[in-house]
Amino acid sequence: MSLIELSAYQLTQQIKNKKSSCREIVDEFLERIDDVEERVKAFVTVLPEEARRRADLLDKRLQSGEDIGPLGGVPVAVKDLLCTRGLRTTCSSRMLENFVAPYDAHVVERLAADGAITIGKANMDEFAMGSSTENSAFFPTRNPWDLGRVPGGSSGGSTAAVAALEAPLALGSDTGGSIRQPAAYCGCVGMKPTYGLVSRYGLIAFASSLDQIGPVTNDVRDAALLLQTIAGHDRRDTTSINRPLPDYLSALTGDIKGLRVGVPREFFAQGVEGYVSDAVRKAIDKLCELGAEAVEVSMPTTEYALATYYIIAPSEASSNLARYDGVQYGLRRHEPGDDIIAMLSKTRAAGFGHEVQHRILIGTHALSSGFYDAYYSKAQKVRTLIRRDFEKAFEQCDVLATPTAPTVAFELGAKTDDPFAMKLADVCTIPVNMAGLPAISLPCGLHDGLPIGLQLIGNLLDESTILRAAHAYEQATEWHKQRAELTKK
Amino acid sequence: MTKYETVIGMEVHAELLTESKQFCGCANEPMAAPNTHVCPVCLGFPGSLPVLNGKSVDLSLRTVLAFGSKINTDCIFERKNYFYPDLPKAYQISQRLLPLGEGGFVEIEMPGEDGTTQLKRVGLHDVHMEEDTGKSQHGQELSDADSSLIDYNRSGVPLLEIVSSPDMRSVEEAESYMNTLRQMLLYLEVSDCKMEQGRLRFEASVSLRPHGQEEFGTRVEVKNLNSMKAVRDSLRAEIARQTQLLDSGATVTQQTMLWDEVSGTTQPMRSKEQAHDYRYFPEPDLVPLQIDEAWLARVRDSMPELPRVRRERFQSALGLSPYDAALLTTTRDIADYYEATLQSLDKADGAAKTVSNWVANELLGRLNAENKTVVESPVAPAQLGELVKLIGDGTISGKIAKEVFDAMFESGRDAKSIIEERGLTQMSDSGELEAICRRVIAANPKAVEDYKGGKEKSFGALVGGVMKETKGRANPALVNELLKKQLSQ
Repeated sequence: MSLIELSAYQLTQQIKNKKSSCREIVDEFLERIDDVEERVKAFVTVLPEEARRRADLLDKRLQSGEDIGPLGGVPVAVKDLLCTRGLRTTCSSRMLENFVAPYDAHVVERLAADGAITIGKANMDEFAMGSSTENSAFFPTRNPWDLGRVPGGSSGGSTAAVAALEAPLALGSDTGGSIRQPAAYCGCVGMKPTYGLVSRYGLIAFASSLDQIGPVTNDVRDAALLLQTIAGHDRRDTTSINRPLPDYLSALTGDIKGLRVGVPREFFAQGVEGYVSDAVRKAIDKLCELGAEAVEVSMPTTEYALATYYIIAPSEASSNLARYDGVQYGLRRHEPGDDIIAMLSKTRAAGFGHEVQHRILIGTHALSSGFYDAYYSKAQKVRTLIRRDFEKAFEQCDVLATPTAPTVAFELGAKTDDPFAMKLADVCTIPVNMAGLPAISLPCGLHDGLPIGLQLIGNLLDESTILRAAHAYEQATEWHKQRAELTKK
Repeated sequence: MTKYETVIGMEVHAELLTESKQFCGCANEPMAAPNTHVCPVCLGFPGSLPVLNGKSVDLSLRTVLAFGSKINTDCIFERKNYFYPDLPKAYQISQRLLPLGEGGFVEIEMPGEDGTTQLKRVGLHDVHMEEDTGKSQHGQELSDADSSLIDYNRSGVPLLEIVSSPDMRSVEEAESYMNTLRQMLLYLEVSDCKMEQGRLRFEASVSLRPHGQEEFGTRVEVKNLNSMKAVRDSLRAEIARQTQLLDSGATVTQQTMLWDEVSGTTQPMRSKEQAHDYRYFPEPDLVPLQIDEAWLARVRDSMPELPRVRRERFQSALGLSPYDAALLTTTRDIADYYEATLQSLDKADGAAKTVSNWVANELLGRLNAENKTVVESPVAPAQLGELVKLIGDGTISGKIAKEVFDAMFESGRDAKSIIEERGLTQMSDSGELEAICRRVIAANPKAVEDYKGGKEKSFGALVGGVMKETKGRANPALVNELLKKQLSQ
């Protein structure tokens, strides 16, 4: 078996048992990137020199008998909205095309501390706005299962890299489904932790109250492993939760006897394809076979989640993205004689793509005097109702099982002219962000050779339970062992 | 008297005396070399997040407690969005819906018609926390007249904004308000109130209405006020401008005016820079600020005595005149100096008054002449106390004491060493003085004759003679006694 086919966990064992060096592992993944990247286009920046240098350093430390950490020697693809000191951090935007971050994001520091090796910066929808990675200002990323299809988004570069075995681990960010939906499309495991579990310091913000960083992996154990590294309190993010962390790996007991699996009927409507519903229901049956019990629950406010999201997220984005004004860093466009307003307008018109401009306009309007109460304020109230719906549901169950996305991956260009249809791809994931809950997507079937995702939603800070359920399911099925062929169907 | 009543409200921005900035660890030193106290947070770099400075909350709480405002123990921060190059995030973190303090008042003193002092309460609308912006430097000072430089040292410096109700009815009231407020802030040690450095900034809103009319007139905001004088002059100019408009039958337009010190007029701000829609919304990067009873109690315990209370105590407990009490409580430092001096003495009778004279007349006089504050006094309170003690016990005469004080002020040395060195100890040895008195009487037969003939004045000449012989060191009371005794023989 080639090294690239191993999970991150297996790679760490390989290193621990001195069967491979960090350098060998990095070289194999870099070689894989050389082979397939032209087809997949998962990376904005590949970092061969940095990765090799770091691998050599780790090997030296290993030789001198040092412990190089729980992720020691494992390559990671990092979504290009996480700041990496001294390296380009673009958000896949012309605005930040040449922006070199002066500091590392908290999670990047955590990765380094635990011995991981950043192998590249993954492509994404510009400023994380989109569901297909087609909004990257540079190029779209392809779905490794069918190069004619999108990988999903916005963390499509991260999921495609993991699915194409260009990296065993990746970090994504999830504002409305941006980890889980592309994970489903690419047949990976993708997890959005509880809001506040992972520090957002150094994550270039899209919508601050919704953004959360999470792992993208090929199996559940790796997700637990990576989560252990990135989770935990950080003083630099006041929304970061200060509580002792559980040991996520030890949660993977395989035992889900008596686990109450809630099935919210509303998540099986709203344009969810029959083949998706069928696969997810089969997965729920599987969980029941393993000792869980299914409980029908109802979450009536779910249908308002999408509309609510499209007020709150753009509102926050309109403010978060206002700093890109051409003054200190990033793109600047101006002509002699321009005043500051002209410089601002030209810079922002040239630097932001269509979807980003669209959302800034929506958000600016929603926050405007005279509209605030009708839009933003109302949306916050609905958000509270959605949260309560989840609270009520979790009185009856321990996890919720739903589809991750209503369809399998769609063809490149199929929805670029219909932004609303594109946004429907997030209908099952958005409510989870509104409530700040943890959720994981894992493969649960194939339709026409394309992966289908099962979403397991947990109660606040109960990552352990969804990891345990997902792991038990994975142990009993073969879906996670299926690999993409990197061809066009 | 004009036919209009003036209505004035004031907005005051005070930079707080914290060591670090409002939301990051950079030093709060806006006057340092440009851009030497900056970091990703106060530069608004992508991915950076704010963390609230607890010390600035302490200082803000101290202020709202002093005003008697209602304290919102659960308050939130909001984003005030607008584009400006010296505002690096393109929003200012501020408070609006739930500010730290609401209501409260500042009590000002105005002279009444009958010569008495009238108290008036100026109500406060709210007191809220926010952050300062950077500083732009335009044009002429640079080689390129079209370019601007920005210094971000001030960006993120903690600000307290104190918004008054439109309760002032004259320029004099506005001045009294400013002075009282400034004195309070200095006493509370929340700001150094250096207007020339922009550490304390005033903005006024002015409107006129016919006497007896309840409805307010159209208000005009006046900005760019860098000194107390600028506030006074601009208010007068603006009142005159509005009076003229109303007298001529025209109306006042609601707008923002800038004070132009050179022309002595208020000029309308460019319309482009007016009428912002700030699109306030809750700052998602900061959790709500919760202030518990323990925190409040801690701040309450740290509250200094406020100027008016201290002044009244100086009158009632120490028996000072209203004038002296006011003078000695002008600043907290002067009052502290006075009380420290007093404490170094053993509460001798009359010490309060004596020390008051020394501080108010001699010390402050010399300090003012040299443009120094009491903190910079070369004579420490204990040193002045010793001087007063040496007068009290007869070691030196009051007249000699002034000479000693001058020497102390110039050298910073103790009274005792100066007295010893210069041999200034008072002569109270009657034997020695008797001989001198006899010599003086013998040398001045004319004066003796006149005195005996009923010319009391001539006695003074004899005393003067003795003083001249003793270089002023003779104990005056003893000299009087001895001379009278000898003359009656």
